[in-house]
Amino acid sequence: MVNPVPDPSAGLVQPAADQRPQEGPVRRPEVPSSTSARAGGRTTSGVVFAVEDLSFYYGTFQAIRGVTMNVEGNRITAVIGPSGCGKSTFVRCLNRMNELTPGTRVEGRIRFHGQDLYSPDVDPIEVRRRIGMVFQKPNPFPKSIYDNVAFGPRVNGLKPASMDDLVEESLRKAALWDEVKDKLKKSGLSLSGGQQQRLCIARCIAVRPEVILMDEPCSALDPLATNRIEELMIELKRDYTIVIVTHNMQQAARVSDRTAFFTAEVSKEGEDRTGVLVEMDRTEKIFTTPGDQRTEDYITGRFG
Amino acid sequence: MSTVAVAEAPGALRRGSTRGGAGMVLDSAYAAALFLGTFLGVLALGLLLWTVYDQGWDRLATDPGAFFGNFVSRFPARAGIKAALYGTAWLMGLTALFSFPVGVGAAVYLEEFAPKNRVTNFVEANIANLAGVPSVVYGILGLGVFVRFMGMGPSLLAGGLTLGVMSLPLIIIAAREALRAVPSSIRLAAYALGATPWQTVRHHVLPAAMPGTMTGVILSLSRAIGETAPLLVIGASVAIFNTPDDVRDPFSALPVLIFNWTGRPQPAFAEAAAAASIVLLAMLLAMNAVAIFVRNRFTTRW
Repeated sequence: MVNPVPDPSAGLVQPAADQRPQEGPVRRPEVPSSTSARAGGRTTSGVVFAVEDLSFYYGTFQAIRGVTMNVEGNRITAVIGPSGCGKSTFVRCLNRMNELTPGTRVEGRIRFHGQDLYSPDVDPIEVRRRIGMVFQKPNPFPKSIYDNVAFGPRVNGLKPASMDDLVEESLRKAALWDEVKDKLKKSGLSLSGGQQQRLCIARCIAVRPEVILMDEPCSALDPLATNRIEELMIELKRDYTIVIVTHNMQQAARVSDRTAFFTAEVSKEGEDRTGVLVEMDRTEKIFTTPGDQRTEDYITGRFG
Repeated sequence: MSTVAVAEAPGALRRGSTRGGAGMVLDSAYAAALFLGTFLGVLALGLLLWTVYDQGWDRLATDPGAFFGNFVSRFPARAGIKAALYGTAWLMGLTALFSFPVGVGAAVYLEEFAPKNRVTNFVEANIANLAGVPSVVYGILGLGVFVRFMGMGPSLLAGGLTLGVMSLPLIIIAAREALRAVPSSIRLAAYALGATPWQTVRHHVLPAAMPGTMTGVILSLSRAIGETAPLLVIGASVAIFNTPDDVRDPFSALPVLIFNWTGRPQPAFAEAAAAASIVLLAMLLAMNAVAIFVRNRFTTRW
C-alpha cells in the first residue's frame, strides 16, 4: 500500500483536537480571516474515509453491497468499473448526497476521520460543507461567475476579509482566473463546457472543503478540456483529498494514486445488478498486475 | 452502367412514385382540415374584436375624457367608467397581492418540500379540480365566507380575496410547472456546497422559476379581472360615484358595468358597453403581452 508520509500535525484517524471535536456533529473549524492560499484546504494524511461493509438500497433494490475500503488523504483515488456497478452511488454515499433521493437506505459504516458519517447527531449539511462534489455535467448556477463562486461561502456563513479575494483565490486554484478575470459579472452559463467544469471546481473549493468528490467530471468534455482538469486535479491533491469516478481507464491510470475496481453482480432471480468492490490497490498495480481475474478482464477490454 | 444508374435515380425520387397519388391527396386534405381549424379560431377572435370595435369605437373616441372621467349616469351620453376602472385596478392589485405569495408558497411547498404521500397526492389532484370549478361557485364561496361570515360586506377586499382564491389553482399549477423546469442538477449543486433546502430554493430554484411563474401569475390575473359572475354574486355595484380609497369601500368593476349596460334598453348604452369592452380587452391584451415579454426575455436557457 502506498502509505502517505507521516504527518503528525494533521488529522489522523482521530481528529486533531484543535481542529475537530472528538465527538458530536461534524463541525467546521474556525475559518481564519486571512484568505491566503494556506487557509483553503488542509494537509491531511492517513485514512480520511474508512468504509466498512457498506451497502446501499434504492427502495428494495440493492445498488451496492459490502464495500470495505480506506481512502487516504492527499491522494487521488479513482473508482472505475462498468456501467451500473454502483460507482457513482458509492461516491455519493461519502457526502450523503444519496439521501436526497427518497426511499434510500444505507447499511454499514463510513468513518470520516474516525467519525461515523451516518450517526444520528451528524448534520448532513455540515458533511457536504466539508466534502465537496463536482458533477458529471457541468452545472453552474445561472448567475454571474462571481456569484457562482461566492454562493458557497455566503450560505456557509464564511466571512472572509474580502469576498473578492476569496473568489479570485478559488478561481486561481481552479486554473480559471486568467480566462474570466475580465468578465466576472457574466453568466456562468456563457462559458465553454470545460470552463464551466472548472468554475464548478472553483465553486467547490471556495467553501474550503477537505475532500473533493468528482463524479465523472470529464465525461462531457473534449480531450483538451479533460487534460486541463486532469492537470488541475494533480495540483489540487496537495491541498485536498480527491475521489474521482471515471469511465475512462486511461484517466484513472494517468491521475490516480489508488484505484478501486467495482463490478456489477447480477442476482440469481432476475435483473437486479448490485455493485461490489472487486479490489483496490495502487493504481500501477491494478493496471499491471491486478489481483482478480475480473479486473484483468475489464482493464484489458475483454468485458465492460 | 453508370448512365443507367443516373437515369434511374431521379425516377425513384419522383413525387407519387412510391405511395401513389392517393396518399398525396390525403396529406393535403389533412393539412387543409387542420388549417381550417386554426383559421376558424383566428376568425372568431377577429370577428369579436371587429364587432366590439365597430360598436364601441365611436363612443370611446368621441370624448375619451368624459368616458374615462365620468361616473355612471342614467343618461347614456354622460355615463363614464371612472369608478369601474378604479375598481378593476384595485381588484387587480389586491388579487395579485393575495394570490401571488400564497400560490407560489403552495407550489414551492408541494414541489420542493412536501413528502410524496397520499395526503399530498390528494391535495395535488384537488388543485387540478379546483382550477376547473366555475367562477360563479367561487362567487358563492366569497359571499358566504368573506362578505358574510368574515363581515367584509361587498367590499374591494372581499372582491380581491374572492378573485384571489379563484386564481390560486392556476397560479399554483403554473408555478409548479416552472419549478419543475428547473433542472435538478442545480439543486444538487447547491446541496453539494452545503446549502440547506431553504437556501437552495431561495437562491437558485425560485429565481430560476420566477419568469415562468410570473407568466402564469399575469395570465391568471388577466383571467381574473375579466370575471363577472363572482363579482356579481358578492355584490359588486354599478352605482358608485366616487373612487375607492380604502379596501373596505364598495366597488364597481369593468365587467360588471359592461354586464349592466348591456342589459339596458337604450342603444346608446350598448355602445357604451362596447366601448368599455374595448378598454377591458386592451387591458387584457396588454397584460398578456407583458407575460409573453417576461417569458421571452427572462427565461434561463439551460
